[in-house]
Amino acid sequence: MSSTPVSDVVVIGAGLVGAATALALAEQGVGVTILEGAFAGSGSTGAAMGHLVVMDDSPAQLALTAYSRRRWLALAETLPADGEVDRCGTLWIAADDTELRGAADRIAGYGRAGVHAELLTAAQLAREEPALRDGLAGALLVADDAVCYPPTIARELVRRAVALGAIEHPAVRVQSIATGRVTLATGAVLHTGAIVVAAGVESPSLVPGLPIVPRRGHLVITDRRPGTVRHQLVELGYLHSAHSFGGASVAFNVQPRRNGQLLIGSSRELVGTDPAINRPLVHAMLTRAASYLPGIGNVRALRTWVGFRPATADKLPLIGAWGAIPGVWIAAGHEGLGITMATGTADLIVAGVLGTAPPVDPTPFLPDRPMPSIEAAA
Amino acid sequence: MTRRRAMDVVVVGGGPAGLAAAAAAANGGRQVLLIDQGRTLGGQIWRHRRPAELSPLAQQQLDRVRTAGVTVANEARVIDAPSAHELIVDFRGRVDVQRAEQVILATGAVERFVPFPGWTLPGVTGVGGLQALLKSGLPLTGTRVVVAGSGPLLWPVAASVVKAGAQLGMIAEQAGRTALLQFAGALLADPAKLLLGAQYRWETLGSMFRTGSWVVRAEGDERVREVVLSVGGRERRVPCDWLATACGLVPNTELARLLGCALEGDAIQVDAMQRTSVSWIYAVGECTGVAGDDAARVEGEMAGRAVAGDERGARDPQLIRARDAGRRFGARLAKAFAPREELRHLGTPETILCRCEDVRCGDVDPAWTARQAKLWTRVGMGSCQGAVCGEACKLLFGWDGNSVRPPLGGPAIGGWNEAIGKLTE
Amino acid sequence: MTDDVTILVNGVPRRVNASATVAAALLGLGITAFRRDQGGAPRAPICGMGTCHECRVTIDGVTEVRSCLVGVRDGMRVETAP
Repeated sequence: MSSTPVSDVVVIGAGLVGAATALALAEQGVGVTILEGAFAGSGSTGAAMGHLVVMDDSPAQLALTAYSRRRWLALAETLPADGEVDRCGTLWIAADDTELRGAADRIAGYGRAGVHAELLTAAQLAREEPALRDGLAGALLVADDAVCYPPTIARELVRRAVALGAIEHPAVRVQSIATGRVTLATGAVLHTGAIVVAAGVESPSLVPGLPIVPRRGHLVITDRRPGTVRHQLVELGYLHSAHSFGGASVAFNVQPRRNGQLLIGSSRELVGTDPAINRPLVHAMLTRAASYLPGIGNVRALRTWVGFRPATADKLPLIGAWGAIPGVWIAAGHEGLGITMATGTADLIVAGVLGTAPPVDPTPFLPDRPMPSIEAAA
Repeated sequence: MTRRRAMDVVVVGGGPAGLAAAAAAANGGRQVLLIDQGRTLGGQIWRHRRPAELSPLAQQQLDRVRTAGVTVANEARVIDAPSAHELIVDFRGRVDVQRAEQVILATGAVERFVPFPGWTLPGVTGVGGLQALLKSGLPLTGTRVVVAGSGPLLWPVAASVVKAGAQLGMIAEQAGRTALLQFAGALLADPAKLLLGAQYRWETLGSMFRTGSWVVRAEGDERVREVVLSVGGRERRVPCDWLATACGLVPNTELARLLGCALEGDAIQVDAMQRTSVSWIYAVGECTGVAGDDAARVEGEMAGRAVAGDERGARDPQLIRARDAGRRFGARLAKAFAPREELRHLGTPETILCRCEDVRCGDVDPAWTARQAKLWTRVGMGSCQGAVCGEACKLLFGWDGNSVRPPLGGPAIGGWNEAIGKLTE
Repeated sequence: MTDDVTILVNGVPRRVNASATVAAALLGLGITAFRRDQGGAPRAPICGMGTCHECRVTIDGVTEVRSCLVGVRDGMRVETAP
């Protein structure tokens, strides 16, 4: 068996994180082999909403999403139309004055991160989004947030990586990894320099002890209603739902697609990887959506599906070297921000692998950091 | 809000199979609800506005349902199947949870459409599609029609078109003459069918009939004006106002798949008693294999007796013989009228593949999986959720059928949401 | 069947057979574009039985209704693609 390295780096997983990372490495002249179990974007990337959003649940999250969004907005100019990038902005909706005041407090923090955010009054909100119910207090508008269609972007980034010399092996499953070695399900062994694990919820099966748990979410997609909703709409309580692990939760979140379809979310539950649809939870989710968008009852629901967010107990992704297996890097655990953070993650991995200056402080994302248990995080 | 009364048996679909099943179950002492999406019962083959339009047999089957005391819900459709013994049904706009001890699926068949240049032009319909529209009040008097497709369905449709006062320019059967002769020869054992075929041909004698012929493309601007067919190996142009064309019938298994019933090939798998792989669900008629309305009636009768607890009646040797004969007929149909290879290659890269999402043939790579194509192009993810293009992709590329997700039929969120809110968990 | 009813098609009153479905009635009136695809091309029903979804029109203010499954009613307002 030859132990000649197939490449400098093997990237496992061609979701948006893996695809962006493979491309970023290839752009630096690194020899990359991409191993993907099905096809680019087939995992959580294929179930995702596709929100490109700056979120400030923590300073580290704010830093990485702000940086990532800057990279996305530049990248978007070059993407083909089927990536559907639309700079529609996010409206964080305040149901009452308390929420509105809380939203106002966040503007400065956004500003320091270079992100423009402004407060809308109730009247301004009603003008921006007439479909929202009366009586809301206002909203925080983050105008440069965007939406996209992730699976085709993952496909495109892999294509670009391959054009720069990367090798892609789709429909190839990885059995196990060790320092400098990847063993495929077929038994074949690939020798390599570094390994980047970007396998989303499946990452722990390759890296024992990796603290990622799947967090199931539902989405409902509607028929085409162009103009009904103009921005990504999120209730301010979304942060609470995303933040706490106790039981199942829903939070209002609706995204317009370019063609006028609406994606209605969101829900979170810890149920392993059970793909069954939880109708009572979907009911809670749709009822909450109707409380913000009273007309949604008349919109046709075409399909409901589930997806799994790779979640960590401290709500930050794992990006960096995995001490237990030298030469192995982790790029996973982004919960609901995998699409947004794909670009920043890619740049952090490149900096780590090449030993260059990272674009943001990598410390909060180090995979070896002390991690509370999921139960403690509830 | 009051809950709907739970029923012993819910029959989904009011065509020949569903009517027989509902009547047999009710006559056997069960409380039966028959759900059908049409304004009147009869499914596709017995579609009517006034009972007088129907054959004596069809009228008798409709009467049987009435006298047996079956509860009938017209303009009703199943939109979800949340858990065992539960359906969510849109009853003419009011959505509710319907509990049932047993369900009999009689969801029939749908036409299979293969893409060809111009197939999205207004005026191009299915074969059964034009029949359905005609029976729903479309006037065809004085119009020029071409019927092109495969199998016995061509004939009652051609006859209806002539009877409606249209000029039927051509009847084109894609199967070759040899296959047809073999099929007709086997029909000698079933003279009633042979006579019926002869009668239809008599009624359409003024129209050209060609075998080994199929549509190559349709041409027109705001609607179809002309069809180009391959006839005897050469292209032939026929002007028309309506082009009724499809590629045979396939079982309608969408609800069965949502319910978790196993399939055998493209049909719902059933045992000798018409029971599916899910113990409380039976399936009868075309959805278990396209074999015509005689077989459908017999299967419906068997399942209706079975759910009424009449095991002996369900195993009546006469019924079993008739059902087996029906299955043999279905196998001969499948063999004789299998879509020919040329039909897989009619589309150009510009031809629309997924009508709802405007995905073109050239946008997909046959080497992909169905799921890959779905995520990379949205094929099958539009309003009809792959009901049309799913079958085309199966035929063209060998792709597995689309995955089914609730709700079915794209109902309004409000009604579905209210119903799933009533589920006990 | 000679009974007719009056329906409004894109604001214009039209007499149609009382027992017809909306789809059949519209086709009989010469309507070719029930809806338009993303390129603006006209679409009309193909299956006649609720499967293809090409017959979607607005009926009495409700959008995206499969017109082959609905019977005409006196006074009904139907809107098709422009």
